[in-house]
Amino acid sequence: MSAPTAQLERLPRSIQFILWLGAIALAAFPLIPLDGGGFYLQMLSQMMILAIFAMSLDLLQGVTGLVSLGHAAYFGLAGYALAFLTPADAPISLWWSLPVSVLGAALAALVIGFFVVRTHGIYFIMVTMAFAQMVFFLFFDNKVLGGSDGIYINFRPDASLFGWTGIDLENKTTFYYFTLLLLVLVYAFLRRLLFSPFGRVLAGIRVNEHRMRAVGYGTFGHKLAAFTLAGALAGVAGFLWAAQTGFMNPELMGFHMSAHAIMMVILGGMGNFAGAIVGAFAFEYVMHFFKDLTKHWQLLMGSFIVLVVVFAPRGLLGLVERFSKKRETAP
Amino acid sequence: MDFANLLIQLLNSLQYGLLLFMLAAGLTLIFGIMGVVNLAHGSFYMLGAYLAWFLVGQFNSLVVAIVLGTMLAVVFGWLLEWLLFRHFYKRDHLDQVLLTFGLIYIFEEMRSILWGDDVHSVPVPEMLNWSIPLTDNLSYPVYRLVMSGVCVALALGLYLLISKTRLGMKIRAGAFNREMTESLGINIRLIHGVVFALGVALAAIAGMIAAPISSVYPGMGSSVLIMCFVVVVIGGIGSVRGALVAALLVGLVDTFGKVLVPQIAGMAVYMLMALVLLYKPEGLFKQ
Repeated sequence: MSAPTAQLERLPRSIQFILWLGAIALAAFPLIPLDGGGFYLQMLSQMMILAIFAMSLDLLQGVTGLVSLGHAAYFGLAGYALAFLTPADAPISLWWSLPVSVLGAALAALVIGFFVVRTHGIYFIMVTMAFAQMVFFLFFDNKVLGGSDGIYINFRPDASLFGWTGIDLENKTTFYYFTLLLLVLVYAFLRRLLFSPFGRVLAGIRVNEHRMRAVGYGTFGHKLAAFTLAGALAGVAGFLWAAQTGFMNPELMGFHMSAHAIMMVILGGMGNFAGAIVGAFAFEYVMHFFKDLTKHWQLLMGSFIVLVVVFAPRGLLGLVERFSKKRETAP
Repeated sequence: MDFANLLIQLLNSLQYGLLLFMLAAGLTLIFGIMGVVNLAHGSFYMLGAYLAWFLVGQFNSLVVAIVLGTMLAVVFGWLLEWLLFRHFYKRDHLDQVLLTFGLIYIFEEMRSILWGDDVHSVPVPEMLNWSIPLTDNLSYPVYRLVMSGVCVALALGLYLLISKTRLGMKIRAGAFNREMTESLGINIRLIHGVVFALGVALAAIAGMIAAPISSVYPGMGSSVLIMCFVVVVIGGIGSVRGALVAALLVGLVDTFGKVLVPQIAGMAVYMLMALVLLYKPEGLFKQ
């Protein structure tokens, strides 16, 4: 598989400015009194969760050049883990259910990664998808695991610590800020990782894996580590999703969910994590917009996707960069 | 399991395997020759099934429906290649995945607009609507046998077309080295159109002949598509022979999985795939 096109790893000022603006707007949003019933608060929380999910995929897709069409499996596994951990009549402590769920997703990614990471290009796409389907059917066919109807989570995790109950996740606004905090943390962590020696090796693998091996890097180990880490971070998103919606069903780990994540990353721009965030927000917004517009929203969504692939191969951030460059070079 | 029952399950797995082969062959041909990953292949299967339902409703004959439907599918495939796919041969696989995923949305909605969201059934043709008795209380429907026969005939035809004809030679040459073949004066653009239309037609025919035994419903393409991927991955991407072996294998594992261990039937095929990949990461018949 040829290496994906230009990556825009170092973000130009214009894009950094947009990110800061976005972060401030997100932080200020709950202070605006217009949102009766918290509908937009919940929608934004979901977008932020999907942004974390998209970033986790970008580590594989944009940075390492491994396109996983089964990434939703790890998202779903962590969500289901929370569902199984939470008893029917009481909340569970956040402080151990989050790490356990995320570790569960990471472990699954490690095992599956062992199989899939040895394959390349198009095989990788198909094999990741097939393994995700295996996980999907495991949950879909088994009544014990909730079956096709899914499974409810009656309580959000309890974040009290040694009797201090300052964080109440049942409160929508608190949950919103908790999600925002995790979004920022994951972004900062991944940005740091991108320019660490480990991240440089991953980027090198994307550009030319044979050369990296010739130089002496164990590419298998690095790719497996990236796959596991991406699975863990997808688990963070899945955990948050399950906690927020209080419901998990197999569709959340299916083929469509995985493909959505790929599209979010492409739409925003690959390989810098900022694009994944922008893409997740833009994709969800467009989908909501089309759904409000017409019953036949799938037709519009499909055409939108096709147009994006044809005309904006570097995503929205690519467009912003091109635009700002033009202005800088203008006399 | 007694002998008659075993025979029935074997015939079922053969029939399912052959049907999967028709789909996987198109998928793997399009990939092997043009390098295009086509997620929308399942939509062509769905298109075939809906065409069968619609045309049988109009003409009251499955044979007429299949002939007309195949012609429509060929035209449709050719147009699609000409309008969209030919611009994507040199693009990244990722772009192709996205393009064809967008197409799934579009086809699904077009189907909904044209033919609605109801589940339909297509009657088995009167002439073939009887069963061969195997024991006192077990019998096997003739239509399924005929269906397998059609698949075998088409598979043979495909083999002859690719390995024995002049066109097949050009197709193989184009897959081997595009520039060289082009410089010999062979119209590669035309060849690509033919192969794509052929792939679409195979998928649509599979959908049409399967319509009388499986109902016709929205979203029927996606589960079939994923099975096709498994077949193609097991067989080795780009290999038609690999697709045949893998499809029969998948048919066996799926059918007997459902009979013997229904708890994990959905997963059995994926386990087979994992097993194969553990030993042969590039499939059984890597070219």
